[in-house]
Amino acid sequence: MFQRLPNASGERVSFTIDGRAAEALSGDSVAAALIANGVQTCRATPVSGAPRAPYCMMGVCFDCLVTIDDVGNQQGCLVRVRPGMRVETQNGKREIER
Amino acid sequence: MSDLKPRYDLAVIGAGPAGLAAATLAAQRGLSTVLLDEQRAPGGQIYRAVTQTPVKNPSVLGSDYWHGADLVGPFRDSGADYAPGSTVWSVSRSLDIGLSRDGAARVLPARHIILATGAIERPFPIPGWTLPGVMGAGAAQILLKTSGLVASGNVVLAGTGPLLWLLAWQYLRAGARIDVILDTTPRENWRQAMPHMGAFARSGYVAKGLKLLLEVRRKVKVIGNVTSLKAEGDGRVQSVLYRQGDGAEQRLPADTLLLHHGVIPNINLANATGCAQNWDEAQRCWVPTVDAWGATSVEGVSIAGDGAGIGGALAAEHRGRLAALDALHRLGVLDRATRDRDAAPHREALDKAQRGREFLDTLYSPAKDFRVPQDETIVCRCEEVTAKQVRDAVKLGVSGPNQTKSFLRCGMGPCQGRLCGPTVVEVIADARGVSPAEVGYYRLRPPVKPITLAELASLPKAEDEIAAVMHH
Ligand code: FES
Repeated sequence: MFQRLPNASGERVSFTIDGRAAEALSGDSVAAALIANGVQTCRATPVSGAPRAPYCMMGVCFDCLVTIDDVGNQQGCLVRVRPGMRVETQNGKREIER
Repeated sequence: MSDLKPRYDLAVIGAGPAGLAAATLAAQRGLSTVLLDEQRAPGGQIYRAVTQTPVKNPSVLGSDYWHGADLVGPFRDSGADYAPGSTVWSVSRSLDIGLSRDGAARVLPARHIILATGAIERPFPIPGWTLPGVMGAGAAQILLKTSGLVASGNVVLAGTGPLLWLLAWQYLRAGARIDVILDTTPRENWRQAMPHMGAFARSGYVAKGLKLLLEVRRKVKVIGNVTSLKAEGDGRVQSVLYRQGDGAEQRLPADTLLLHHGVIPNINLANATGCAQNWDEAQRCWVPTVDAWGATSVEGVSIAGDGAGIGGALAAEHRGRLAALDALHRLGVLDRATRDRDAAPHREALDKAQRGREFLDTLYSPAKDFRVPQDETIVCRCEEVTAKQVRDAVKLGVSGPNQTKSFLRCGMGPCQGRLCGPTVVEVIADARGVSPAEVGYYRLRPPVKPITLAELASLPKAEDEIAAVMHH
């Protein structure tokens, strides 16, 4: 659980998480925006189906993979949230191609 | 990517302190220079979001953080091109850079390349570290800097190293609450660090560091000599179990567990380029082998900053300038004498910035039990491989990390060993009773970041050129 500092300033951005309306700040990455909205898991692992959430926030761990505007397996911590963006968590078995 | 020139004298990869300083100096001295960075704004991780953080109260992040703005300003005026949002997936020996930007890939040639890929948090494998709600302390710091987000509910910090204490201090400044800090610094580290105290005392970090430590200790309960850690929960972390010394296991409620165990060089790109590397016993990690200018074993490729061994943010900017001066020399702009003369003040500043490093390395060296985890601990997060599986593979004759790849898929996932490599090396070395130097490290191949077929298809280059970048 994370919360925004009361005096954090910035422009509001409207986007959707799994079809639900959500709000973020303009400097947020998609992963930060999910965390700010109380989303606890981004994806399930392809191996055991275990839930995962962002771990490193800097592009290293790949635990933040989400589908953004219909493109799967995006590193949410490396993409900035944009107005109207459609973010979907990957709790099914879609896995990164390897 | 029409804003990029077809080729550059110098390409710098990574916009942290080393990359910013290198690109600035090179462009000021007339090299056509591009700075490629995966992030959307300059600063690297240490000065992350320094130009646009929503945390406007300067005392929250501290004056060391705001120093990053002193690097960004001159960079913007230097005339260097800047390509944020660029993921570099290959650097070839022929100095072609494979990169993706906005969903399209391209190959960018340069005459010299400086890798300034910085550091990553050392993997801290404990049982349950893959549970949602467990993250790196560095990750929490990025959330604070970029988004003004702080952990709420029951917050536990655990581990060792300057960044852990800095994050705690910043949290307190921001008005956030921390339940407990579980300090895993081994007792004997203090004794071993003492011989280096003199140099550290003259470093200028001492007063600042002590003040910060005291401020945190006054406000947060710190449990020292923690020898075991475990995260538990159903679908996400709910509690942290720990042991103090040989004491009984204790349980704490936790909604967020922030782990930290120091930082290590981010070596994947250098490794895949074929740069020679060596085991650093003091910092317990593999580092690319470089000379005093950051030059690697690959002609035309240098490394500046923490990517060539952890020295900290201030050292990184001086190392960036030294690498840039050497690039100017190699490209025929400066003769050797001028390079050496111009480097003198930067070398002096670098020496000063590195003073006391041995003390910090020794004091915050992580305990063996956390580097060589117990059997049930997941070592490879991507493929969910446990320490036991690695040990069993050693029993079957596996002697190094490259063989664990074929045995266990360990290191074959999308993170390409970034979060398992250091642990796999330590576990194999321990099981075989040899030094990690003997065990080696993953031999990596480009692309070092996954690229999509669509990105590949967008490459405007001829097929043999693509092949050269992908399989040199
Ligand atoms: S959170 Fe680790 S890659 Fe995004």
